Amino acid sequence: MSGIAVSTTINGDDVEFLCQAEETLLDVLRDRLGLTGAKEGCGTGDCGACSVIVDGRLVCSCLVLGAEAEGRSIETIEGMADGEKLHPLQEKFLEHAALQCGVCTPGFLMAAKDLLTRNPDPTEEEIRFALAGNLCRCTGYDKIVRAVQDAATVMKGA
Amino acid sequence: MQYTRPTSVNDAVSLLAEAKGTAVVLAGGSDLLVRMKGGFVEPDLIVDIKSIDGIGEIRQTADGFAIGAAVPCAVMGEDEALKNAWPGVVEAANLIGSKQVQGRCTVTGNLCNASPAADSVPALVAAGARAAIAGPGGNRTVPVEEIPTAPGKTSLAKGEIIEAILLDKRAPRSGDAYLRFIPRTEMDIAVVSAGVNLTLDEQGVVTAARVALGAAAPTVLLVAQAAEALIGTAADEDALEKLAAACSAACKPIDDKRGTVEFRKKVAGVLARRAAMIAYKRAGGK
Ligand SMILES: Cc1cc2nc3c(=O)[nH]c(=O)nc-3n(C[C@H](O)[C@H](O)[C@H](O)COP(=O)(O)OP(=O)(O)OC[C@H]3O[C@@H](n4cnc5c(N)ncnc54)[C@H](O)[C@@H]3O)c2cc1C
Ligand code: FES
Ligand code: FES
Repeated sequence: MSGIAVSTTINGDDVEFLCQAEETLLDVLRDRLGLTGAKEGCGTGDCGACSVIVDGRLVCSCLVLGAEAEGRSIETIEGMADGEKLHPLQEKFLEHAALQCGVCTPGFLMAAKDLLTRNPDPTEEEIRFALAGNLCRCTGYDKIVRAVQDAATVMKGA
Repeated sequence: MQYTRPTSVNDAVSLLAEAKGTAVVLAGGSDLLVRMKGGFVEPDLIVDIKSIDGIGEIRQTADGFAIGAAVPCAVMGEDEALKNAWPGVVEAANLIGSKQVQGRCTVTGNLCNASPAADSVPALVAAGARAAIAGPGGNRTVPVEEIPTAPGKTSLAKGEIIEAILLDKRAPRSGDAYLRFIPRTEMDIAVVSAGVNLTLDEQGVVTAARVALGAAAPTVLLVAQAAEALIGTAADEDALEKLAAACSAACKPIDDKRGTVEFRKKVAGVLARRAAMIAYKRAGGK
């Protein structure tokens, strides 16, 4: 198949792929690279289920072209746990039952991780603002906010 | 469809100028990719400008600031010098979308998308910002309000791209502010909005002002009468009342599910008055 040859880094690994010009990074991650953690909720930037971090910036992978990944460093939910050891955010999401169907969860985790990297001690209001680009149809958000608060406390102590 | 990533402005301009079919500029993609998915645009060529040398930087020049066309709004919010000089422009840019959208969207894209409700545009117009344009016929610089001509339409000719948005160096005792009305607290489109920029003399009297309204007409409105109401005053009650009335009168809004004509007119005045008070304080007025 012809296509655009792209070399990039995903979760620290060098990755090469071919894609078509119109394919989004989300399509590439899911359909070409088998990284199905990022989800497609809307495809138009509204729900955040496809959130990944590109060169240190949280973005919706549904609004990035696969070809734009050339030379970038991408973090996805698959790189969040350290082997079998879950990230504190993942542990706290489980502990606080901050998920039901789970479709929104990878996006929330990436957005929360980005928030805590920039602001290790956010207020509840800051957490709610930072996660405004992530929609959840199940939990009512409260448990998600508690989980992020609790993870922040644990991470500060670490 | 083809995708290209030129590394110089000249290459980007030639690619766009010489393209057969529909050629489009890609900056943050937060409008373009949504429009492509919706089938509203089917480009033959995408010219990604983000690898052009220097276009992703905010530069401080002798004349002020040059915000490169590929600078994401999140980066504007992290630039202390820019935030200090132009807090209204930065707060408007940072209202766009979510954290995810902030990581990608640009004020140049916001301007070129030509939505009447674009958040950064009234703030840029109030600030007297200019667009530095490169094109097949050479370079030109125009006031930003001359870029959008109708919803979704701009005055840019084939092959022209905006390289940077230019903001002047600040006179002492200057301030700007931007406010929008949305029914939610974030992630929504402005029902109506207002940007105000002003400069004071040592006594706190307004010597220069610009007032712009968003989502109040097919394109951004620069309301000269509202600015005149402020100039020569200390932004007292009487002046603010006149400013609000001038803004309400200047609106030519649409009626839709997000707001009636009457509501938009009224709120345009209210927001302009509040933005003027914030700008006045930021300029050091009491
Ligand atoms: C979920 C979501 C929420 C949003 N919320 C808001 C909001 O609250 N307020 C708001 O105002 N907007 C909002 N938007 C719209 C959008 O994010 C902005 O308009 C954004 O600023 C566009 O910038 P961009 O760099 O992503 O543009 P792109 O999508 O890359 O480009 C937009 C248009 O401008 C053209 N263009 C871009 N750069 C140049 C250039 N240098 N020279 C010539 N033409 C150029 C492109 O060809 C395209 O037609 C939202 C979008 C999404 C997806
Ligand atoms: S799928 Fe990307 S934001 Fe919804
Ligand atoms: S857990 Fe179902 S959408 Fe959030």
